[in-house]
Amino acid sequence: MANKVIVETNINGDPVELLCEPRQSLLEVLRDVLELTGSKEGCLTGDCGACTVVIDGRPVCSCLMLGVEATGKKITTIEGLAAGASLHVLQQKFLENASLQCGICTPGFLMSAKALLDRNPNPTEAEIRYSLAGNLCRCTGYDKIVRAVTDAAAAMAGRGRPAHGTVPSETASGMAGEMLAKGEVK
Amino acid sequence: MAASSTNGFRVIGTRPIRHDGVDKVTGRAKYGADYAFPGMLHGKVLRSPHPHARIKSIKVDKALALPGVKAIVTAADLPELPDKMEAAGEQAVNLNHLSMNILARGKALYDGHPIAAVAATSPHIADEALRLIEVEYEVLPPVMTVEDAMKPGATILLPSLRNKEDGADKETNVAAHIQFKRGDVAEGFKQADYVIEREFKTAMVHQGYIEPHNAVGIYNADGHATIYCSTQGSFVVRGLSAVVLGISEGKIKVVPAEIGGGFGGKIPIYLEPLSVLLSMKTGHPVKMTMTRAEVLRATGPTSGSTIRCKMGATKDGKIVAAQCWLAYEAGAFPGSPVGSGAMTILAPYNIPNVLVDAYDVVVNRPKTAAYRAPGASNAAMASETVVDELAEKCGIDPLDMRLLNGVEEGTPQIVGPPFKRIGFKETLEAIKNSPHYQSRLTGANRGRGVASGFWFNVGLQSSAMVNLHTDGTVSVVIGSVDIGGTRAAQAMIAAEVLGVDINDVRPTIADTDSIGHTDVTAGSRTCFATGWAVYEAAQDCVRQLKERAARQWEKKPDEIVFENGTLSPAQPGGDIKPMSIKQIAPRLARTGGPIVGRATVNARSVGPAFASVCVDVEVDPDTGKTQILRATIAQDAGKAIHPSYVEGQMQGGMAQGLGWGLNEEYFYDDRGILRNTGLLDYRMPTCLDLPEIETAIVEVPTPGHPLGIRGVGEVSIVAPPAALANAIYHAVGVRMTELPMSPPRLLKAILKKRAAGEAQAAAAD
Repeated sequence: MANKVIVETNINGDPVELLCEPRQSLLEVLRDVLELTGSKEGCLTGDCGACTVVIDGRPVCSCLMLGVEATGKKITTIEGLAAGASLHVLQQKFLENASLQCGICTPGFLMSAKALLDRNPNPTEAEIRYSLAGNLCRCTGYDKIVRAVTDAAAAMAGRGRPAHGTVPSETASGMAGEMLAKGEVK
Repeated sequence: MAASSTNGFRVIGTRPIRHDGVDKVTGRAKYGADYAFPGMLHGKVLRSPHPHARIKSIKVDKALALPGVKAIVTAADLPELPDKMEAAGEQAVNLNHLSMNILARGKALYDGHPIAAVAATSPHIADEALRLIEVEYEVLPPVMTVEDAMKPGATILLPSLRNKEDGADKETNVAAHIQFKRGDVAEGFKQADYVIEREFKTAMVHQGYIEPHNAVGIYNADGHATIYCSTQGSFVVRGLSAVVLGISEGKIKVVPAEIGGGFGGKIPIYLEPLSVLLSMKTGHPVKMTMTRAEVLRATGPTSGSTIRCKMGATKDGKIVAAQCWLAYEAGAFPGSPVGSGAMTILAPYNIPNVLVDAYDVVVNRPKTAAYRAPGASNAAMASETVVDELAEKCGIDPLDMRLLNGVEEGTPQIVGPPFKRIGFKETLEAIKNSPHYQSRLTGANRGRGVASGFWFNVGLQSSAMVNLHTDGTVSVVIGSVDIGGTRAAQAMIAAEVLGVDINDVRPTIADTDSIGHTDVTAGSRTCFATGWAVYEAAQDCVRQLKERAARQWEKKPDEIVFENGTLSPAQPGGDIKPMSIKQIAPRLARTGGPIVGRATVNARSVGPAFASVCVDVEVDPDTGKTQILRATIAQDAGKAIHPSYVEGQMQGGMAQGLGWGLNEEYFYDDRGILRNTGLLDYRMPTCLDLPEIETAIVEVPTPGHPLGIRGVGEVSIVAPPAALANAIYHAVGVRMTELPMSPPRLLKAILKKRAAGEAQAAAAD
């Protein structure tokens, strides 16, 4: 008896039919079956976010979902973020802000940030930090990542580059958790 | 990029987009786990479930019978190597220990120690096969702490370790005892008005790179092997794998993949020789990747430690004596960074009387690996909090205390010659003048802490080639892997020397057959040493360009001037028109052939690095949770080639140090089993835990380096745990002596202090 299942899904705008084992995660299917290796494996337990893809508008750890569950879904991976040969503004801002060092977490951050900006085009710094808290980066200390997302939101709204480094300690970003607890941010 | 000139530089000091950037934001960059080859098999490792056990037998018949399983290897498939130190891949390593950490032989020495490896047609089948391997263990008592390991009569891990101090020859778990002395500490403490003595404990922590270890090994019938892997040092992988496999180094080619973080933890080898061994057995390429649990159980980490630190100062704040005792967990085999802990613990200060004793102690934990300024953060947690306490006793601002006692050019080092020009005091001044330190911190349970860190940096060997192409563009070829902007910095150095646009330079990282020996991307050495090689290789290009121009203009090479990418005669005259690189490049074939600039360096005049940090915290007295409100780091970069990536090193190291200080810790249970083997429980900082990290780059050029570069990769991690401890003290009045200062630990200290206060009040009533 065949072990594999036919899955019909949509990846980066194209209909895709694939064969996978029921036990294969979506991440494994993307990487090993479809050779879309831009989504990265950091933990396989949903803790690091390196495998984040956007499914029907929501950021999802592709390691926590089975490949067979992709049936009927609309999936965007890092390979589908740029529009053809032009980079997405988030990609451009990550480059301009030197927001990556080793780059292994970058695809996941970009996909989480895309999902954020798609639903909230004008996030506060606290909202950005809250939305990206499921993605781990060990190289940057997050500073330049947060700046890139802030810049991208501004660029997408046609605003200029916002000023950085002027946040007084009382409202500094480290307080984001408290602000969230107090309902000061969504 | 705008050609804004900075201190006479045209490219250096600007912030161009890195050349590998597009590949890395589009998912195209190939990391080790992204490689696939036709006919490739998947390898997995069976690991010991016991921290200390004799391996009595390994039966693989059932596993081999599983359809899809192609080969199983154990230590019996590797040559048994002698218990001696030998140069391998430019490192001195104990050959036996090196091999024993790849596959256990006779004994398993930590939870997660590799026992066997399987190759199968899919990773799932390989996993199933692991469960079918039958290993019979005789479980031995584990030794988990330095205190237990150093006790008389302690269970011995490695019978070959001998204590030969005092003429004896006894079994021991102490692999080394190091001592440094200066002056007379007993006399020194007599001069002190205040003496502080504290004992510290720091937990074992992991480097925490997001990319697990990986390797693809391909062994060919002609006896040549190729390894694709994410490593900090392709030449180290080649040298050490050759030793473990018992084949000659020249028969292995290592192709360094993009690397998803290392921080020192991707210097050792783990899967690389196993993938080749399995490929030898099967004739197929074999890919191996670790799970996160394997990464935490069996790679990295850096040492937990016990440190005693005693310092004495006169009333006016002069530190007159210091005595330190350090014992670091080496893991299962000798080689903790206690030596550098001992050498860094007092390095920022000019103290006349010093005595430091340091012990490298084996315990049933994974063999430790380098982690960003290895050993220095543990040590600074001790010394930098004691200095803070002394400053308080003396009534001196903690930055002024450091300025008063800090080392500078000419200060004799405790180990080594007097310091050359260094930037320690400049980092202190930068913090002092920072908007952060100048601001007032108000509010209950809030406190501010400062601390400083020192790291040696290293030089070592690098090779570089600079090729001039016929369209006037340039390629730079190096052997240093790019772990955080290396390509951009190297291209900038070449662009600076050759006077070409940064976008006309393409940097490439070559495999071990295609570039001369290059040591690891570690020790904060890459920009310093490989940058030096690229600088010299570009100068070699310039020299050859001058020869070409001289030939064409019938002059001597020293009569040619090269400036901003243009060749011209030193003495203007006649109808000679200056020639740009773009003009001469298409004519290379007619003027003598291709131009390849080459250089190698064995850099020795390394410049040590200093950083000072300031953090504001708010402690929740009911839960013990510390929130970081504000963080600033000032660091001496010598010369910042690409300031964004220098800031990145400062911010990243600081973030790791803050995680080390507040949360990160290995939890072993009573049986010596690691209980937090995932990233939910091994809790690294998220972006919600950290504030913006403010940076101040100090530039005190390293003497002797053509560009004044000082390594920037490591020193940023040294001071943050101590700065946090100092901030917590100023917030809630408790002096923390254990890392991490996690909520339960801090709450316990707060409650203890509260109880003591209440007892005192009751006694007074």
